[in-house]
Amino acid sequence: MKVLTANRLTDGAVVWYGADHGWSEAFESVSLASNADETANLEAIGKAACANNEVVDADLIDVSRIEGAIVPNRLRERIRANGPSNLTEPGKQASADFRRPG
Amino acid sequence: MYRYDEFDHAFVKARVAEFTDQVDRRMAGEITEDQFKPLRLMNGVYLQLHAYMLRVAIPYGTLNAAQLRILAHIARKYDKGYGHFTTRQNIQFNWPALSDIPAILTDLASVEMHAIQTSGNCIRNVTADHLAGAAADEIADPRPYAEILRQWSTVHPEFTYLPRKFKIAVTGAARDRAAIQVHDIGLQLTKNESGELGFSVYVGGGQGRTPIIAKKIKDFLPERDLLSYTTAIMRVYNLHGRRDNKYKARIKILVHETGAEEFARQVEAEWAEIRAGELKLPDADIRAIERYFAPPSLPARPDGDSAVKQARLDSRPFGAWLDQNVTTHRDPDYAAVTISLKGIGEVPGDMTDSQMEAVADIAERYGFNEIRVSHEQNLILPHVARADLKSVYDALVEIRLETPNSNLITDIIACPGLDYCALANARSIPVAQDISRRFADLERQRDIGELKLKISGCINACGHHHVGHIGILGVEKKGAELYQVTLGGSGDENTSIGDIIGRGFAPDEITDAIETIVDTYLGLRLDRDERFIDAYRRVGPAAFKQALYGSEAKAA
Repeated sequence: MKVLTANRLTDGAVVWYGADHGWSEAFESVSLASNADETANLEAIGKAACANNEVVDADLIDVSRIEGAIVPNRLRERIRANGPSNLTEPGKQASADFRRPG
Repeated sequence: MYRYDEFDHAFVKARVAEFTDQVDRRMAGEITEDQFKPLRLMNGVYLQLHAYMLRVAIPYGTLNAAQLRILAHIARKYDKGYGHFTTRQNIQFNWPALSDIPAILTDLASVEMHAIQTSGNCIRNVTADHLAGAAADEIADPRPYAEILRQWSTVHPEFTYLPRKFKIAVTGAARDRAAIQVHDIGLQLTKNESGELGFSVYVGGGQGRTPIIAKKIKDFLPERDLLSYTTAIMRVYNLHGRRDNKYKARIKILVHETGAEEFARQVEAEWAEIRAGELKLPDADIRAIERYFAPPSLPARPDGDSAVKQARLDSRPFGAWLDQNVTTHRDPDYAAVTISLKGIGEVPGDMTDSQMEAVADIAERYGFNEIRVSHEQNLILPHVARADLKSVYDALVEIRLETPNSNLITDIIACPGLDYCALANARSIPVAQDISRRFADLERQRDIGELKLKISGCINACGHHHVGHIGILGVEKKGAELYQVTLGGSGDENTSIGDIIGRGFAPDEITDAIETIVDTYLGLRLDRDERFIDAYRRVGPAAFKQALYGSEAKAA
């Protein structure tokens, strides 16, 4: 499974793409691509969002479902989702309404 | 310290205006990311994992209180309340919005600072001994020469698109506190038989994926020839340095593949063409720059000895701090103070906005308005009267910056690693924090003695692991973090590259492995005066391998 992520142009914030609300800092409502068509669709959305200067560095990343929750496979992506692992009050992602994946 | 002249002010102001326009056009979608990226990098703006990162140059690591206050202001207003001092004497802000960067650069320009040439394949911030102007063993202050190099190299049209980035370090003493032998060019101030000032010139050192110790290609370069000879080196590199392979593009590879002797010959040939020309530094110009760095006039404070003696009797923690973080000054009434940014369990090099402001106050009140950033990610107050040491200590206690661990095992250099950096393969900070907590006991640290532990989260080696007495390199193996250990590195006048000791360690094993190495050293050292690095050089890796890997080591 894959999800689409990028950094927002204006402030660099980590964002994920969700079909319901577009680009958002909320990981939990990210859109999942489970087959080739869905993956191609997300890829096209990422390219378009880069081209219209909404985001930069759009990338499809691998995720897995662990105990019902979607979790990025790579540590790098988990850190992008959670903020720096050393901070007890981590990054921008740690807003009150943000639920940490994993 | 150096003060901008009209030209400098106009130049930085114009650059801020130019980049502001570029940011505006990018935000309006008038230029693409591909077009914008090289422009933002030229102004120190990276895109890291979580956000943009702004790297601000601190020329030769010298700051005044007003500058540190502006850094505090930026941390508070535009970032998350902290900044990170780096191994190149710079500061990085981890969370600025792109839209705020023009305002940040305007604030920086108000105190004669900028972020120009903190990225890209150009000559980067010239670094220097953090004890410049204060060290008892100094031949001359290296900063005037670093400043001359800075002025010459700033937007130098010939050297703006080098094969790769280029780092110069200058030291003013035989004791190397600027790690010059792992720089592209290392300059060591020295005097010839006639007592004239000049430089020993080292070239082609560096860390990264191919660590190489610089070769000395000139024993004595007269100071007037600094720019012509450096230009000659840059020209040979610019012409022959590889542009086909990023990993072979640094000057160290060129010097290594050409041979130091032949490289030096080519430099001499180029130099012969230009040394009598316009790059020859007039003595009056050198002395004019030197005057900017004239040491503060230090009034006699003969009460220092008795004050320190009494304070030591009254306070054991003060005594420990005095022993560890206070360095001899050329003036016996004064001392240089290391402010450790390595509190136990803290992030190496990180400092909060309020700490920055408090240190600015301390520097103004007790330190002649001078602050230095060391490449070991600490701050230094270079001129403090010994009679004021207790007051400085008490002020540092209030902001929790009194950790007495300079040069001890918890004085760890660590890059931001995978917690922030887009290049990293593994985390550095949590490893540093865990080791720091394990060795928190000060008596134990002092028993272990001088031990330079350095951690990088990828092979680019920003954490200087190759020259750590103990180096730790984080890699990614099969999707997990793995930490490779090197022993025997050193980044001083006896520079050496550490040896990889064996297979790597998982995140939950690495602190134990470090403890095993330290215990092995304690068991085999001749006495307390034999430092870790000396013991390692005497006995080699075998005992450490045996302790770490046991029978596995024998089989290997």
